[in-house]
This record gives sequence, C-alpha cells and structure tokens, in this order.
Amino acid sequence: MTWLFLPILLAAAVGAWFAARALARRRSAGERAHSRPNQHGAYALIWTAVPALVVLFAASIFSGPVQHQLMASGAPEAVQQLEPFRRQAFYSDANAVGAGRPAVQIWAAPYAELLPSEGRRAARIDMMLSLGGIVAAALAAVLGALFVFSQIRPGLRARNRVEGWIVGVLFFCSAVAVLTTVGIIASLVYDSTRFFSSVPITEFLFGTQWSPQTAIRADQVGSSGAFGALPLFAGTFLIMIIAMTVAAPIGLFSAIYLSEYAGPTFRATVKPILEILAGVPTVVYGFFAALTVGPAMRVFFNTIGSWFVGGPLDGLGQYLMLVQNQMALVAGGVMGIMLIPFVSSLSDDIINAVPQSLRDGSYAMGATKSETVTRVLLPAALPGVAGAMLLAVSRAIGETMIVTMAAGLAARLTLNPLETVTTVTVQIVTLLTGDQEFNSPKTLSAFGLGLTLFLVTLLLNIVAQRIVQTYRQQYD
Amino acid sequence: MTDTAHDTPVADAARVDRLRSGLKRRYARETRFRLYGLLAIGIAVGFLLLLLGRIIDQGHTAFYTNTVTVPVYMDPARVNAAYPQGTNFEQLVAEQQLRRMNIVDDEQGTKASAMRRLFSSELKFVAAERVQRQPSLIGQTVTIAAPVSDDADLYFKGKIKRDTPSDQRRLSDEQLTWLDDMKTAGQVSAHFNAGLFQRGDSTEPELAGVLGAVIGSAMMLLVTALIAIPLGVGAALYLEEFAPKNRITDIIEVNINNLAAVPSIIYGLLGLALFINWMHLPRASPLVGGLVLALMALPTIIIATRSSLKAVPPSIREAALAMGASKTQTVFQHTLPLAMPGVMTGAIISMAHALGETAPLLLIGMVSFVPGLPHSLVEPAGALPSLVYIWENASERAFHERTAAAILVLLAFMIVMNAAAILLRRRFERRW
Repeated sequence: MTWLFLPILLAAAVGAWFAARALARRRSAGERAHSRPNQHGAYALIWTAVPALVVLFAASIFSGPVQHQLMASGAPEAVQQLEPFRRQAFYSDANAVGAGRPAVQIWAAPYAELLPSEGRRAARIDMMLSLGGIVAAALAAVLGALFVFSQIRPGLRARNRVEGWIVGVLFFCSAVAVLTTVGIIASLVYDSTRFFSSVPITEFLFGTQWSPQTAIRADQVGSSGAFGALPLFAGTFLIMIIAMTVAAPIGLFSAIYLSEYAGPTFRATVKPILEILAGVPTVVYGFFAALTVGPAMRVFFNTIGSWFVGGPLDGLGQYLMLVQNQMALVAGGVMGIMLIPFVSSLSDDIINAVPQSLRDGSYAMGATKSETVTRVLLPAALPGVAGAMLLAVSRAIGETMIVTMAAGLAARLTLNPLETVTTVTVQIVTLLTGDQEFNSPKTLSAFGLGLTLFLVTLLLNIVAQRIVQTYRQQYD
Repeated sequence: MTDTAHDTPVADAARVDRLRSGLKRRYARETRFRLYGLLAIGIAVGFLLLLLGRIIDQGHTAFYTNTVTVPVYMDPARVNAAYPQGTNFEQLVAEQQLRRMNIVDDEQGTKASAMRRLFSSELKFVAAERVQRQPSLIGQTVTIAAPVSDDADLYFKGKIKRDTPSDQRRLSDEQLTWLDDMKTAGQVSAHFNAGLFQRGDSTEPELAGVLGAVIGSAMMLLVTALIAIPLGVGAALYLEEFAPKNRITDIIEVNINNLAAVPSIIYGLLGLALFINWMHLPRASPLVGGLVLALMALPTIIIATRSSLKAVPPSIREAALAMGASKTQTVFQHTLPLAMPGVMTGAIISMAHALGETAPLLLIGMVSFVPGLPHSLVEPAGALPSLVYIWENASERAFHERTAAAILVLLAFMIVMNAAAILLRRRFERRW
C-alpha cells in the first residue's frame, strides 16, 4: 500500500515542479528574477517530496517495532504464555494469515482457533499503521508545497537553496557510513551486555570449556552450557598462523618478482590472474577445501602413518592413521592461498612506493638485484610490509566460509595443525543458523564473539593503516 | 684508480680470483632469488588452475543427465481416475518394467521396490499430469519419459563403479544389471540437463536446480545496487568535492576505511540485530539480504568513486567555475560525468563481489531450504552462494556435482560482470 503511494507522491512532486515554474514566470513577469524558473521548480519539487519521503522512511523503520508492540500488548492470554521463540513464530504466522498467505507451522488446539482472529487483528494493525504513515506523509507533502508556493517571488534565491539541499543530501549519504558503524557497535554491544549479564566476562575470555548447548526448558536434564572462548581464540590463532605461513612468503615473493624482475608483458598477464584468485568467492574456496584438499590431505597423512606403523615411530603412525578430513592445516592452507593476492597487491604497492633513487644508488655500488631487494628495498619498505601483513591477519581472523566448511566444530585448545579445531567465526555461524531462541545465552554468545572479533579486527586495521600511512608520508 | 695498495701482481691476481668466485656465488644467489619469485607466482597460478580445473572436473557432469523412457499401461484397476495424483505410479511402472524384463518378484515385492528406486519421483508427477489432462488414457499404454534417480544417474556417469564392493555403494549388483539392460534396450538417453536451469531447490538431487537461487540473487543485487550505488556516489561526491577539511570529515574518512575492512560476518550480525530482530523484516528475504549487502558494498563504492573523482584534473573544475558555474553545477555537469566510467566500473566490481558474499546471508536465515522459485522481495528466497553452502552440506553424493555446477554458474555471472566492467573501462576511460 505504501508502495502505491510512492508514484502518487512522485507525480505530485513533478506537478509541483511545473506549477512552481509557471508561478515563478508569472510573478517575475517584467522584472529580472534571481533564479531561473526551472530552479524554482526544482525547489518546489524538493519541498514537496523530501519531507514526505522522510516521514515515509521513518514510518517504514518504526512500523515494524510498533506493530510488534501492539500485537504483543493486545494478545490473548494463551499466546502471552507461549515461550518467546514460539510467540515470535505465532505472530509471524498471524501476520501471514492476515495477509492472506498460509501459516508456516501447524498450530495445536488453542492457537489454531486464535490464528484467524489474531490474523485479522494483525491485518488491521498493519492497515492502520500504513494508513497512518501515508496520511502523515501526504500532510507533509501538502505543507511543504504550501510553504514553497508562498515563497516564490523574483527575489527568491532558489538556485542557492536547491544547491544547499543537494549538499545536505550528499552529507546525509556520507553520514550513512558513520551510522553503519554506530549500528554495528550498538547492536553488538546491546546483545553482548545481555550475554555478559548471565556469563561473566572473565569466564568468557579466559575459560577453557566451550559447549554452548544450554537446556531449552528449565526442567530439562543437561548441561547449563559453558562459555569459555579460549579454545575458539586458540583455534582462530592457529588457523591464522598457518594461513600467514602460506600467504606471507608466497605473496611477498610474487610482489617482489612482479615489481623488480618481471617485464611489462609478464606483469600484464600475471596481475589479472592474481586478481581472479582474489575475486573467487570464499564459499568456492570452502568447497575446494572440504571436498578436494581435505580428503587429499587425509589420504596423504594416513599413507605416511601406515609406513610408520610397526616401526620405531609406531605411536606417531597410529596417530597419523586416524587423521580426519577436517583439520586446521586444510582450512589454514586454503585460506593462505586466498590471501596470496591480497598480500601481493598490497606489498606491490608498497615496494613501488620506495623511491627509485634508493635502487639506483644500490645498483651504482655494484649490488645485484637480489641484494638491492633484500638489503635496501625491504628494509626501507619494512613498516609498509608489516602493515600489509597485519591487514592480511585481520582478513584471516574474520574469514568465515573456508573455516565453516573445512575446519570443523570441535573446540579444543591445541596447536597441532592436524587436529580439528574451531574458530570464532565458525561458532557465530553455528550458533545463529539453527532454530534460535533469541533470549538464551546460547544465541547471545554469538554477539559476544562478534564483539570480540570486531574489536580485534578494528584494532589491527587501525594500527595497520596508521603504519602504512606514516610509511607513505615518509617517501612523499 | 691507483694501484698503490697492490704491491705485487700475484696478490692482485689472488684478489681477482676471490672476487670472481664471490661474484659467482652472488650471481648464483641472484638466480636462486629470482627462481623463488617465479616459484611463488607459479604456486599462486598453479593453485588457481587446480581450483578451477577441479571444479570443472567435478561439475561438468551435472550439465547433462539421463532420462528413462518407459511404456506405462494405465491399468484401470490401479489408476485413480478422479484423483490421479493419488496413484502409486512408481510401483506400477516398476512392476511392469520387471515383467517386461522377465524377472519374477518375491512375496514381499523387494525387487519392485529396488526397481522403483531407479526412477526419479518426477515420473509420478509426469504420469499423473498426463492422466489428469487426458483421462481417456486410462486403459491404454502411454510412453513416459522422466529422469532416472540420482544414484542411477551417477552410475551412468561412471561415478558409481561396479568394481566397488557392493556394500560400499548405494546400488546393488542386481540394480546395476537392470540399469545396463535398460541402457542396451535403448530406454535410457543422456541429454543436456535443462532442469538444472529451470527448477528451484529440491531435496532430491535429480530435481534440484539453480533457477530459484539465481532469481533470489538477482533480486538481492537489485536492492543492493539501488541503495548502495546512489548512497556511495553521493557520499564520495560530498567527501571529495564539498566537504570542508575539519574533524567531522576526518572521522568520516577514517570510519569508511575501517568499514571496508570489517569482516563480512559482522555485517550479518548487524543485519540480524537491526533488520530482523528490531525492524521485524522477514527473515531470509531478498530485501534483508540486499540491505545487508548494500551496507557492506557501500565503503568499496565510496573508495572507488573517490579515486575516479580524484583522477579528473582540477583544470576542468577551474574552467567551469571561471565560466560562472556554481560549485554544484560544476560537480554535476562536469566532474561527475567525466568520472562516470570509473564510477560504474567500481560499482559493477563491487556488485560482483557482493554476489559472491556468503557469510552474512547465512546469519539472516538464508541457510534454510526454500523449494520452488521466489516471487517477492519479502518472502524467503535462496541465493547462489548460500545454495552452494547448502548443497555442499547435503549428504547425497549426487549433490556434489551439482554444487560444483552451481559454483560454475556463480563464477559465470561474476566473469560476465567483471568483463562488463573491464569493457566499460577500456571503452570510456580517459587518460588526462
């Protein structure tokens, strides 16, 4: 319904444009106006459309929560007694029924009868809210138009005002970026505080047991859940180290070769290929890791293990025979491949930023290319390269799909690359993709993990960007 | 050069020798260093080839499929004329097929149920639809074509082999013999798997297709593009052309650089908390997916737009201002149009990137199974990358080749988008 109103609003705004243009022509007949009629028109269009759009936008953001509140406050006794998660599902089904769609779930005795009446109520509330929004928006449009038509006269600085509006809108666009950050921090902090009110923050950061399965009902037999995230941090760290062991040397050496040795044709062929490697979606790397690298590695280690069995290294052999598909080495190795182009393009930029005079000086002293690279360029570029590596580390920590598909779920404290480990991102995905009950520590713990992840990567990025920036300025 | 330091020619020669052997060592090191560089590039390129080769190798078989053609006698005693969908056509076909192959079933009908497992459940729907459309077919023999079951398909493609021990494969020796017999009788034919591009997701691999996910992804990208491109270009214009140099601008700048490096899964958490739990937008809908991806793509679009605005020489702006244009007129009539190719290239590349993004989609509920084709922005839909994730997790082996095929479809879309961006850049980019 709101969607039907938009074209009407648009038509009204265009109408206001023409009307204002004609009015401006008539009122300034004979004398010289400050702005051209079209600029008066644009001014009228803005004042008709923008206030109404703001009202509509606000209505569409707030109608969800308000509708939810209204539904909850007027709900029958039986519905109010449902557990929060079931109640959510009931409301969403009531909305569906009210909108003429079938319910998603099959509801038992008292709820099945309530569904149609609640559905009608949901439809009524929905109608009321969208009508309210439209009326308010229409009012805003009319008031805006009245204001603008009262303003039109030859002396009106319509062009400047329109330009002021344009700059304002552009400022709003760049403010959205800030609002996104605020939104991220607010949502993470809000849900994390709810989590930390039931689990102490010290237990979360330093506890060594992670098993987030809490009992769904209070009387259920089972664990009350353990939220010590240390094994997750250890797993994330292990995989990050493996990934960097692969990505750092390969990425750096390709960057050195591309910037110092390669001819223009070679460079022009290899750079796009590396860009393709960077453009492959991470879910594809995950698929590759889970179904190709994982089984291949398992077979490899099992074969080596079978050579050792019965010999002096029997214990190691027995262990290698039992290695599984999902190990830290696979996830870390494939993640390292994913990071190669990232490391190499950043290092390439940084090595290129070293002034040519340093190279020329080194060559003039008789140094070979490799000596120039290792003794002059790399020491000069070291801060920049370190910054690039930190950015890659932050990427590795936040990477989700490869580890979700190839690392596994077992939370253990180990530094053995052949073990199955789990990471922060894997746990966030696992905790939030099942049936979720939104107020249990289990799902809220995902936000605690998310907040930790966000803060760590933010810190790494800020430090890395600072380093790279100071490095750049050094040679500017 | 003076030679006062070298008093005898002998010492001089020794020195030259030492230098020469040192030089040899240094040149060897130089060659080794160069080789390391080449090796590093070789490893990177080799892995790309391995990755693509492996996916093509796994996925190409999903692009064709096997169809079985069976004559069905529409037994009036068995076919329910009033409600053909209720008829057990699979059993009917299996029994008739056994009879045609002169195989006698046992009391429990184990052979018939073994035979039934070679046909896809599509057979039933095709048969029921034929009878529904033309009830006079009852009592006659009708030829019906339907896909073979996923396991039979794998056997015909050579992915289930006869020499594997029979307890390690899903088809018995007897079933394999029947399949061979049907093949020699000309009942089975291989052809292009059009169903892969015409169907939505399904729990049965032979009936699962990517079209639902392609539509879902397209709707999501539409939302993303409509939100992220105008906002991103606007923000870049403000920061590059209008913003005064002050603290607020600095904060916005630092903020955008940091947002570009925030892990994508954090955007998923934001989407879950903001759009689903607070605004109560429908879970797993393309609308929510598009909004999340838009917030994620915003910083990259801003950065790309700013760099192409920077590339427009200041002389253009100065000329326009000198002719009496206002600041806004200069920007919108001169700077932005000249920067447009770069802006569009950046926008398309960031859309291609958003197309492949998976992690945030998992958190907003796009891991659930959505059968059929999505038809609205506010109802649950699938997306290509999340389909890859769902299929990769499926236990049926036949989904493996389809996962690889879905990846190939995804990569094809990304290649097309990137190629468009490159063409755009080649065609319109101006060097100043």
